[in-house]
Order: sequence, then C-alpha cells, then structure tokens
Amino acid sequence: MPYPASMEESKRKVEETRPKRLEKGLLSRIPAEEREALVNKFHPDYKKEQFRELRIGPSKGSRAPLEIADLLEGNSRIDPDRIDLDKVDFDVDVLVVGCGGAGGASALLAEENGANVLISSKLRLGDANTIGAQAGTQACDRPNDSPAIHYLDAMGGGHYVNVPELVEALVKDSPDVIKWLESLGVNWDKEPDNSYHELSGGGASRRRLHSCKDYTGLEEMRVIRDEIRQRNLHGKKVDWVEFEPAIELIMDDKGQVAGAILMDLETRRMTIVRAKAVVIAAGGMGRTHIQGFPTTNHYGATADGLVLAYRVGCPLVHMDTMQYHPTGAAFPPQILGFLVTEKVRTLGAEIVNGDGEQFVHPLEARDTEASAEIRECKERGKGVNTPTGEVGLWLDSPMIDILRGQGTVARELPAMVRQFGRFNIDMAKEPVLVYPTLHYQNGGIVIKADASTPVPGLFAAGECEGGVHGRNRLIGNSTLDLFVFGRRAGRAAAQWAKEVKLGKLTLDHVRKWQREIKEAGLEEMPVSPMLLPNYANQDRPVPGFQPLGQVSPYTPFGDRAIRWI
Amino acid sequence: MAKVAEKEKVQMVDIFIMDKHYQVPEGLTIQAALEYCGYNLIRSVGCRSGFCGACATIYCFKNDPQLRYALACQKAVEPDMYLTQIPFFPTAEALYNVEDLEPKEGENKLVELYPIILTCFGCNNCTKSCPQDLEVMEFMSAAIRGDYEKVYEKSFDCLMCGLCAARCPQGLQPYVMAMAGRRLRGAYLAPKSQHNLDRVKEIEEGRFDAEMEKLKQMPTDELREL
Repeated sequence: MPYPASMEESKRKVEETRPKRLEKGLLSRIPAEEREALVNKFHPDYKKEQFRELRIGPSKGSRAPLEIADLLEGNSRIDPDRIDLDKVDFDVDVLVVGCGGAGGASALLAEENGANVLISSKLRLGDANTIGAQAGTQACDRPNDSPAIHYLDAMGGGHYVNVPELVEALVKDSPDVIKWLESLGVNWDKEPDNSYHELSGGGASRRRLHSCKDYTGLEEMRVIRDEIRQRNLHGKKVDWVEFEPAIELIMDDKGQVAGAILMDLETRRMTIVRAKAVVIAAGGMGRTHIQGFPTTNHYGATADGLVLAYRVGCPLVHMDTMQYHPTGAAFPPQILGFLVTEKVRTLGAEIVNGDGEQFVHPLEARDTEASAEIRECKERGKGVNTPTGEVGLWLDSPMIDILRGQGTVARELPAMVRQFGRFNIDMAKEPVLVYPTLHYQNGGIVIKADASTPVPGLFAAGECEGGVHGRNRLIGNSTLDLFVFGRRAGRAAAQWAKEVKLGKLTLDHVRKWQREIKEAGLEEMPVSPMLLPNYANQDRPVPGFQPLGQVSPYTPFGDRAIRWI
Repeated sequence: MAKVAEKEKVQMVDIFIMDKHYQVPEGLTIQAALEYCGYNLIRSVGCRSGFCGACATIYCFKNDPQLRYALACQKAVEPDMYLTQIPFFPTAEALYNVEDLEPKEGENKLVELYPIILTCFGCNNCTKSCPQDLEVMEFMSAAIRGDYEKVYEKSFDCLMCGLCAARCPQGLQPYVMAMAGRRLRGAYLAPKSQHNLDRVKEIEEGRFDAEMEKLKQMPTDELREL
C-alpha cells in the first residue's frame, strides 16, 4: 500500500465516484468573466504583498516578485577596478550564455551563418529546463489548424497582452521548427497514417502538441547537444565551456555589448570573453522559490540572464507574472513539486477533490486551473492532507486507460510511470496527488521579432525573454519558443557580428550601477547573479565562510527536514 | 542536524558519503541527503527530477559489497548506504554528419561508426547498471544486427548518464552508440509527415500573411470576440 492510511479513504472515494464521473463527462469550462475573478482572487500573481516596485535600473517603477527584485537590484560579483580587460581569453563572434534548447539552437544557427561561437554553460552542456519538458511542442501543421488559430489561442492564453509581432513569429515558424528538429534526428510520435501524433492541451483549440512520448524535451535536447558536439568534432567553429557561467557582461565605449566575464564554479577562476554579439539564453527562475513554492525547475534556474541584461540597461517586461503549473507532485515528499505533465490531463485524466468530486475542467489555461485548485484547498477545504503537511488534489490517472484502452498510460507516459513507480505508486491503477508548483517565467527580457534587445549587440531567446506569452504561457509553446527565438537569435547575432565594429572594452556600466545602488541606499542587497541555490545545511558554518549559492531570505529552507529539496 | 530531527521526530539513518559517516533523516533522496550533510552541490546535480542523468550514483551497503545504481535525485536513502557520485564521463564519440547517416541496404551504419560494439560478449553489466531499467544489452544486440527500429525503441528513455559505459568490461559506450542510432532513425527511417511539409510551404509562400496582418492590428476587444 503506497499511500498512508490517512490518504487511503480519500483515494477510495475517487475510485467510487469514477464510474459516475466517466458517464457524466467533464465539467464545462468556466465563463470568461468568472475566470478573471477566480484568477484575481486565488492566483499567486495577485498577492500584492509578494511584489514590489524596482527602485533602480531600466525598468524602475515596474513590479517584480520580491525574490526577483532582490536579484535585479543586487550588486555585481566583480570589482571593475581590479579587472584587466586587455587580457582576453576568448575572442569570438558570438557568445551564447546558457545551453538549453534556446542556447543550443542559437549556437547552431550562428555557426551556420558564419560566426565563430562560444557557449558558456553553468552546468553541463544541455543541463537545462528543456530536458525536463515532457508534454510536447506546439505547431499548427494540421489541415484544420492555421497560424491564425494558433495566434488566437496564444493571445487568449496570455490575456491579450502578448506582443503581436512575437506571437506571429512563434506561430509562423512553428511547423518549420518541427521539420528542422526531425531533420536533425528527433523522433516525433507518429500516427499509423504517418501524420504526427498530436494532442490538444489546455487553452489550445486544435490538436497541435507534437510529442516524443513524455520525454519530448529530453529528446530535443540530446539531439541538439549531439549536433553541437558533432559540429565541433568536425572542426566547425562552435565550442563550449562547462561549469563556467557568465557573471557580468562586458560593453564597449560605444555602448554596445562586447562580451562577458565568466567564472569557473569550482576554481573561481575568471575568464574574459570578447564577443561581437551576446545571446542570453539563460532560462528561468524556479530555483528562487518565489512565495515559497516548490518548483519543477532545473537546479540552475536562478534568473541569471535577467540580471545580466538588466545591468547593461535592458528593460524587462511582464516580470510580475509567473506560471504555476497546476500539477506538481504533492506526494510522496521525495518528489514534491516535480512536474506531472499536462499530457496526463490531455489524455483524459481529470482533477478531483478529496471527496472524489469534480470542481474544474481539466484543460483550463494553466493560471485558471491552478487558481481553481488553490480555491478548492484554501477556501473550500476540500484538499487532501499528506503526513508531511502538504495539501493536494487527486489527478485521476486511471481514467486514461479506461477511456483510451489498456496500456495507454504505459505507452504515452513512461517517464511519469517510472517516477511514481519508484515510490510504489502505479499511476495506471491509482490516482496521484498534485498541487500547483512554480514552473515558468512568463515575462522577461524585452526583444523584437529577430530576438534583438534594445541594447546593441545583445540578443535573448527562450524563457529569459518576455512578451511572447503575455501573462500566461500555454502548454507546448515553451519548447516552441526555444527553437523559434533560439534560431532567430543565432541568425541575427551572426549577422550583427559581421557588421559591428567593437570599440574599447569597458566595465563602466558596472561602475555606474554601483553608484546607483549607493545613491539608492541599496548597498546591503545580495550580490547577483545568484548562479546556484544553496540547499546545503550550514547550521554551523566556519565563521567568515562564504557559500557560493544563496538562500532566499523570504523562504528559508531547512526549517522542515522533509522539505530539503 | 540534530535540531531538525528533534523538532520533527524524524527517524535518522546512517549513511556513508565517500566513506565518511553521516546521519540523515529517513526519507530524503540521496541528493537531499548530501545537501543535508552540508554539501553545496556543483557537480552531480541537474534537473533534480530524473530527466537529465547528471546525478548518476553507484552505491552499496556496509555488509554487502554488491554495486547498485541509481539517480541521486530519485532514490531515497537506506540504512548503511555507501555512496559514490559519478560526476563526469568522457565520451568517445564517432564522427558523423547526420546528412550522411542515411542507411543503405546491406550496410550497418552503427557497426561502421562503432565497430567496437562487435566485441560485446554479452555479460549484461550494462543492463544491470541502468538507473532507468532499460535493457541496454538488447539494444546493443539490435545495433549489431542493424535493427535500427529496435535500437530506437529500447534506448528511447536513455538519459545518457553514462553508467553503462562505466561498467562495460570492453570499454563500450552503449549510450553514445544509441544516440547515433536514434538520430538515424528519426531523420531517415521515420515516415515523413506530408501535412507538415505542406504547411511549411504554405507559410513560406505567404498564404497566411494577410490574415495574420489583420489579426495583429485588431484591437483586443475584437480579438476576444473571435
């Protein structure tokens, strides 16, 4: 018996109500007006006290979560007066900061377009949120679909504040992204008639989710990574450094971005890269644990890209909105907050409360779905309590095999089956407990359709940029975003590198930043970028010991042993 | 450490990290246990949810030297566990262009690229070492037979953690070979999806441009109505 006795009774209720629910069908979707009210009342984005206005920098006055605001207003990790920029270690055309899907795609396209490329990777090449993406990649390539329908879905999901030019790029490039990845050797799921196996997802009005079982991001990432390695082996001009993140950008005396300072995480040795263009593809922020939420994100998701761009004067957009994935694991505690892919719901499972009752359509847009779950637990008290003090709702996964035939769960969701199987929960036969988890940064660095930013020589792609998804991203538009804007950034950066004439390298922007901090009285802020979270139990550190990572002052971990993640 | 245990009345478990003794609360994953002991991880950590293969771990027990394998982020600690993290694996990848991988009748591309796979003598250590429970030796045999479809099927859930290569007495790297096999299959053997190629062409020809222009200019109120 994998579930403790205290949860068994509730689980039995889910089983009891299942036949009736299957017969009756899903609840209808929430009307637009009610949806707004629900989200306003329960979504974490609307907890005013968890945000504050930025006090300095190019987006001064706009709101950001407390955790992100601290990082954006942070001091530099370097002392500009003690760094000699004449000693350049790498002199390249394009520096790509980060190597997930967007960074990888940028590097490949920049190389193809004639640039000499260096990738700076904080952890291993390809260790990024991309690899954990499960459900799929949207592309409007079925005959009953079109870029216009995809556009309307993305705009509706994003509450119509998305930047139209960026959404246009997203949807119009989408079929070609699928084709490109296949030409590199990605194995998409196919139907017997050779068309792509496509599912629909929350907020999408057509089936356009292309998948590789539930390892879509892993398959995309390992192919991209292999292609980078192969090109390097062939002597093409793409190379990388691992465990060496960028800690500050370098500019020239004409106000153009001109490279970066990297730091070896183990030896703390500094590397100076001179680059004619820099692509920031450093991903999201889940590991800042906004509002104390657990996260689906990779260990390195600490908003570094935002910090680097902000400090050279690049504005940010929609920083006050984060995505909380409706189905993070709530039990067992070892996998708290881990992603339970939306594909479970697209295949037919619905979410029910502790009494086995329906309370929301399973495929509402993510902000709506998450808000309904929070309401069910916090206001109506219908959640299920776990022995470690978490609360959750049942995702009734056994519905899938009943609706789609025995073996569907095993075939379509091997990663999920394995994850719960490791803790003796068979999700084909038993429901799993879920609750919203911090998943994605909807906003980010301001870009144009060619992935260029307002700062000359600086480009951005992937989760660290904003505007594409408005205030709420739809399923499968994130991995799409990586490759659409990753490829565009690679192309545009290579082109920029051909034309630009760099001036003298300088860190004056860091000096200016430090003056601003002083004038605003913010010298006590932590240094940033954060680089890594600090989960190490340092209850008795040697005095004066400086750990590398940071502990959030708002949500200190370690007050409960079991939340040691 | 003790403070936390008292508060929660958590059962403590003895574990050994690189032969050094620690006590950690029951139920932590190996990764969380390392952090509980004070390690601020840089290597051997990645997605923390079983997808990236960065935290491949070899372990055994105090009185049982049999080696066992796991992902540190997915496996809970057990009493008397001896832990070794495997942070890094050098890969010896064959040189290929995906454009040149197209398999021809009577050729075995994978043996051509990795002739060393023919030296596999079937000890099955690779399969035993896989933290994903894949039948690694089966996809090695499939590669030797030139059965690309089976290589794809059997290796698809591979996280490329490298444990199979760590344990191969012949120095084979099954996970590297399988990567080439899957790319070959995806690019050449998977059937083409005509509806996608058609749509790419339609977009290139500008078939949707007028409609998109109209939508981009449309005020939000009108968009909502659509």
